[in-house]
Amino acid sequence: MSRLLSRKVFKTFLKFHEPCCLSSMQQLLKPTRVLANKVQYINEDRPEFPGSKSVFVNKLKFLWPEKMEGIPVYRVMNRKGEIYDSSEDPGLSKETVIKMYKDMTMLNTMDRILYESQRQGRISFYMTNFGEEGTHIGTAAALNPKDLVFGQYREAGVLMWRGFTLDQFMNQCYGSCEDMGKGRQMPVHYGSKDLHFVTISSPLATQMPQASGAAYGFKRAQNGLCVICYFGEGAASEGDAHAALNFAATLECPVIFFCRNNGYAISTPTRDQYRGDGIASRGIGYGMVTARVDGNDVFAVYKVTKAAREICVQENRPVLIEAMTYRIGHHSTSDDSSAYRSVDEVSHWNKEDTPIARLRLYMIKKGWWNDDAEKEWKQDSKKQASHGSLCKS
Amino acid sequence: MAALRGLITKGSLQKFVCSNVRKEFKNRIFARCSHFTYVPDTPQAKHGETTRMNLFQSINSAMDNALEQDPTAVIFGEDVAFGGVFRCSIGLKAKYGNDRVFNTPLSEQGIVAFGIGLAVVGATAIAEIQFADYIFPAYDQIVNEAAKFRYRTGNLFDCGKLTIRAPCGAVGHGAMYHSQSVEAQFAHTAGLKVVIPRGPIQAKGLLLSCIWDENPCIFLEPKILYRSAIEEVPVHQYTIPLSEAEVILEGKDVTLVGYGTQVHVLREVANMAQERLNVSCEVIDLRTILPYDFETIAKSVVKTGRLVISHEAPVTMGFATEIATAIQAECFLNLEAPIQRVCGYDIPFPHVFEPFCMPDKFRVFEAVKKVINF
Repeated sequence: MSRLLSRKVFKTFLKFHEPCCLSSMQQLLKPTRVLANKVQYINEDRPEFPGSKSVFVNKLKFLWPEKMEGIPVYRVMNRKGEIYDSSEDPGLSKETVIKMYKDMTMLNTMDRILYESQRQGRISFYMTNFGEEGTHIGTAAALNPKDLVFGQYREAGVLMWRGFTLDQFMNQCYGSCEDMGKGRQMPVHYGSKDLHFVTISSPLATQMPQASGAAYGFKRAQNGLCVICYFGEGAASEGDAHAALNFAATLECPVIFFCRNNGYAISTPTRDQYRGDGIASRGIGYGMVTARVDGNDVFAVYKVTKAAREICVQENRPVLIEAMTYRIGHHSTSDDSSAYRSVDEVSHWNKEDTPIARLRLYMIKKGWWNDDAEKEWKQDSKKQASHGSLCKS
Repeated sequence: MAALRGLITKGSLQKFVCSNVRKEFKNRIFARCSHFTYVPDTPQAKHGETTRMNLFQSINSAMDNALEQDPTAVIFGEDVAFGGVFRCSIGLKAKYGNDRVFNTPLSEQGIVAFGIGLAVVGATAIAEIQFADYIFPAYDQIVNEAAKFRYRTGNLFDCGKLTIRAPCGAVGHGAMYHSQSVEAQFAHTAGLKVVIPRGPIQAKGLLLSCIWDENPCIFLEPKILYRSAIEEVPVHQYTIPLSEAEVILEGKDVTLVGYGTQVHVLREVANMAQERLNVSCEVIDLRTILPYDFETIAKSVVKTGRLVISHEAPVTMGFATEIATAIQAECFLNLEAPIQRVCGYDIPFPHVFEPFCMPDKFRVFEAVKKVINF
């Protein structure tokens, strides 16, 4: 009975698949007559599971992460401000590079003044950006100013590059009547509709899957823009981070996920945060284009962001960038980092490898900057920042 | 056997037998599962042409209207593309394309956040959470993000175009993870709107109001009504205002307040009270849980002096508690008896013992007797 049935089914099959499929059908059935230990169906050469179509192997082999080589860190310029390979030099104009430098240093100056303002009791709270200026300015310079930014909280440099004024920073931190956020949030929770920077919220990683949704909206609107989402290596442990990357990949959203891996989540070092090869190694798992970059090299950050933006907009797919950097400041004014890391460690980074020093050396080599210019700018920037702060208090 | 086969092969007779068997089966199942008798609403003449629809079809019709009118509108969630596990989005992908009606990965927090992001850039986002019981991974995104978006940005950004739909409530066999009523969990958060319809006509009008509303809305659909509630529903778009309760039965002795499926229980209780006690009950469907229509309830209580509030959700910190507190504060001298809450018990929702957990007509009827005899 069953044989009859199968013959009938086979005939029906042929009826619908003749004649081109006949030979393959015969091939399919043939091997059943071969000896049992040699049976191998043609369609068993490769896995055909809905979830994987890679290859079959006949020896058990675990994947040991520690036996894999780490994802390399892309850099353009060394700590002395020298370009390794001139073909990788982004070739930015003198004006652009000087604006980059001035914004990075102005951010630094503003941080010092607002940090002190908190210590003097003028504002309730503050978070500095020391050591991470390169990731802010490098990305901001590479983006279209209309690309939408979803930040975490330590991305003030992006706003500064886009033209958020010192007054606007101060208004928010002081919760003045001119604060666009109406004094509703703690300091450093900036936002600007005009500068396409979504207002910061305190919960970590919540901005990440929102960025995927916004990017999907941009894709449908066909506006040629992308979304950039900043987050820390600590935030990447949140479930929202997983949802964000997976949604962006499967729904093909033009969004750059930019991880600022600065070594610490408040006090928690990366060793206590994850055991894999940083955050970049996760990108491949999500099927995302991924790169790791030296976050203290503003040109490398610029280059990788520019290229990522192209991929996002041209191919409608997300890109993950992990920028390796170091948080020189405390987490916030409520934190004293000497409780969990040595002063020597911090001063090592502060002396040996900051994005500002690296860019300054580059500019001096180019003959675009010198000690006099530095001295003059230091005074000028300090005056601008403290004037704003004093007016508010 | 042969005779039966002979019967079945005859087309029309087969259909007749099958449909009758199906009907009988459905009736038996429904009688076992449901603790209420559904009374259909009548559509308003001004809303024009109508078609017979059950609840999932009226939800589908509302979303169809929304997608047709607003080219930015998108529908997404788990298993939404093929039509959804309750068939609410059936046919919409074919009609509007797979970029507007699409599956997401299985992550509730991802779904809600994705919707927030879409709404922030101006798209109308209609997110489906497959069961209200599974909305909790998204609690942070709903409470900390969606609800506060406009406020915390000083109105620079908002996600008002987000609507989250989720099936809720008892269904006869859902146990603790397919039966919960979660409205009170969200009623504690300023910035959200929470809506529960009692039937197909209401569902369509209220859902469209949620979709067009400028604030994030949570629209909870009593899943037992998806197939069992059938009404003549207007085909074209119409809206029913949010935050307005409806007096669906006027009375003078006792005010009965509920929402969703429970409205039908209250309607039956009103009939029982009239027949057995000669007591006249006023039945109010709250419809919007947050922000709720206090005035309609207060006006009714001023008239009747007695209030019974009933919902499926557990009694402690349920929404009945809020209503009772607010009413006693404002209408203390009008009350003839203590306010009664007839709700679910403070237990995980049971499986085989579901009928004993429901705030059914007999429990509500007891409460009516209590307020009358106080």
